[in-house]
Amino acid sequence: MAGVPSGPNATPAEPRRSQIAPLAQAVEILDSLPGGGLVLTTLEHALNWGRAASLWPLTFGLACCAIEMMAAFASRFDLDRMGVIPRASPRQADLMIVAGRCSIKMAPIVRRLWEQMPEPRYVISMGSCATCGGPFFYDNYSILKGVDQVVPVDVYVPGCPPRPEALIEGILKLQERIKTEPFLRRQALAAIEAQAGTR
Amino acid sequence: MSLRTEELLLNMGPQHPSTHGVLRLVVTLDGENIKDVWPDIGYLHSSVEKMMEYRTYVQNVALTDRGMDYLVALNNEAAYCLAIEALAGVEVPERARYIRVIFQELNRLASHLVWLGTWGIDLGATTVFLWCFRERERILDLFEQVTGGRLHHVYFRIGGVYADLPDGWTGACEAFLDYFLPHVDEYHGLLTQNPIFEARTRGVGVINRRDAVAMGASGPVGRASGIAYDVRKAAPYEVYDRLEFDVPVHTEGDCYARYLVRMEEMRQSVRIVRRALRDLPDGETRTRVPTTMKPPRGEVYVRTESPRGTLGVYAVSDGGETPYRVKIRAPSFTNLYALTEMMKGWKIADVIAILGSTDIVLSDVDR
Repeated sequence: MAGVPSGPNATPAEPRRSQIAPLAQAVEILDSLPGGGLVLTTLEHALNWGRAASLWPLTFGLACCAIEMMAAFASRFDLDRMGVIPRASPRQADLMIVAGRCSIKMAPIVRRLWEQMPEPRYVISMGSCATCGGPFFYDNYSILKGVDQVVPVDVYVPGCPPRPEALIEGILKLQERIKTEPFLRRQALAAIEAQAGTR
Repeated sequence: MSLRTEELLLNMGPQHPSTHGVLRLVVTLDGENIKDVWPDIGYLHSSVEKMMEYRTYVQNVALTDRGMDYLVALNNEAAYCLAIEALAGVEVPERARYIRVIFQELNRLASHLVWLGTWGIDLGATTVFLWCFRERERILDLFEQVTGGRLHHVYFRIGGVYADLPDGWTGACEAFLDYFLPHVDEYHGLLTQNPIFEARTRGVGVINRRDAVAMGASGPVGRASGIAYDVRKAAPYEVYDRLEFDVPVHTEGDCYARYLVRMEEMRQSVRIVRRALRDLPDGETRTRVPTTMKPPRGEVYVRTESPRGTLGVYAVSDGGETPYRVKIRAPSFTNLYALTEMMKGWKIADVIAILGSTDIVLSDVDR
């Protein structure tokens, strides 16, 4: 790349600019203007509504809860009416429903899939096994006692397995949470701090 | 001028929409042709057999319908309960045996519907998935009215079943069977003479009878290759010897044959349930056993016919409150080995067709 000094001891000529720095600056300016906060909130509201109303989960069924998740996608409890369409690739998903017991052999793969999802990403831990190990908590050498040991979980749906209605309630709770997220402001703050850090 | 070619190692899974669970297949490819398939299993190992050694005999029923093949919870419970009843010499009342048969056959229907729906959606036929799950919901409603659960029941207990059927349940079950049978014809209409389906499954993934026997393939996989063996006929348990039904057997050994075998099995299951409902005697539903029962020292092996194949439970008692050893002979484990042999020589797209037609469940493979 031209303009970037090479070599192990070279210092960069100018600090790297974050790609969303212009947006961050715009948000900062808007926030400080009188009445700007209202515009920002409305914009966040619209963006959040878009994100909450079309949550695309990664098809990540591990065990029995996967069957109830499939039933939730199927005819009777149609999840498509909530905008929830399953996607097979983590690159195209913004929600990971960990459905079923996660074994210790499987744990690094759960983590890797989560890391492959682009932000903003959410995790629903479906079922008792994903929440805390469930019936496989005692006397068990191979099941991870809760998937929150490897990925951060947003919503826990208990049950063994939870009914499709319970999963739908979990998704609705997540949607409520997304709708009140200060998404733009948080992103702007992170970009500004990163900028300040590299200067 | 010769073309330089290389073999490609392709990793499928453990997260994959079509592997029906956490199966990892490392496929060696020459272009699109499969040279070798190496399955990596163990991603769902739940140490069920070890856990059973720390729980009483009565408590272990709850593990059988989760830790093993979760789609056939009642069949698992039946295999375990039959083994412990044989070990302890517990007599099961007639009514309970008929109820068990009814529930096992309904579970066979529910499992075959999941198989057909997921296989259809893997091959691209989305409608099959939605229609099969619509019927499956009706079966789960029937289950829920009696056992309280849709997927995991803990309904069969050592000595019988937990509770009697509620009033009107037999009528609801009959109504469901009348509703269901025309739908099997609907699924046939969608797939059986569909040119795309036939092109993807006819002649694909053939396993001949000798190889199937050598690899221990059982259940519909074996019966599609000409092995006319069904535990319900060969070594009848519960009241299967008093019920009339046929066992479909085909000889082609390809995916299409396995499909036809399971579709016919659905019809036969409806026949069994109808007959059992008609012959259902009155009486007790459970012989009470102590919560901390101590069967005498000994060992027993009981075979049952699960929708996947021969499901066996080998139980050893040392006279204590908890079993000394419970070993589960899982049908999907041996069928998986047969499956990997079936795939060699076919194209990468056939992996999905063959995998779906064999109907393995990874929880059954790994336990």
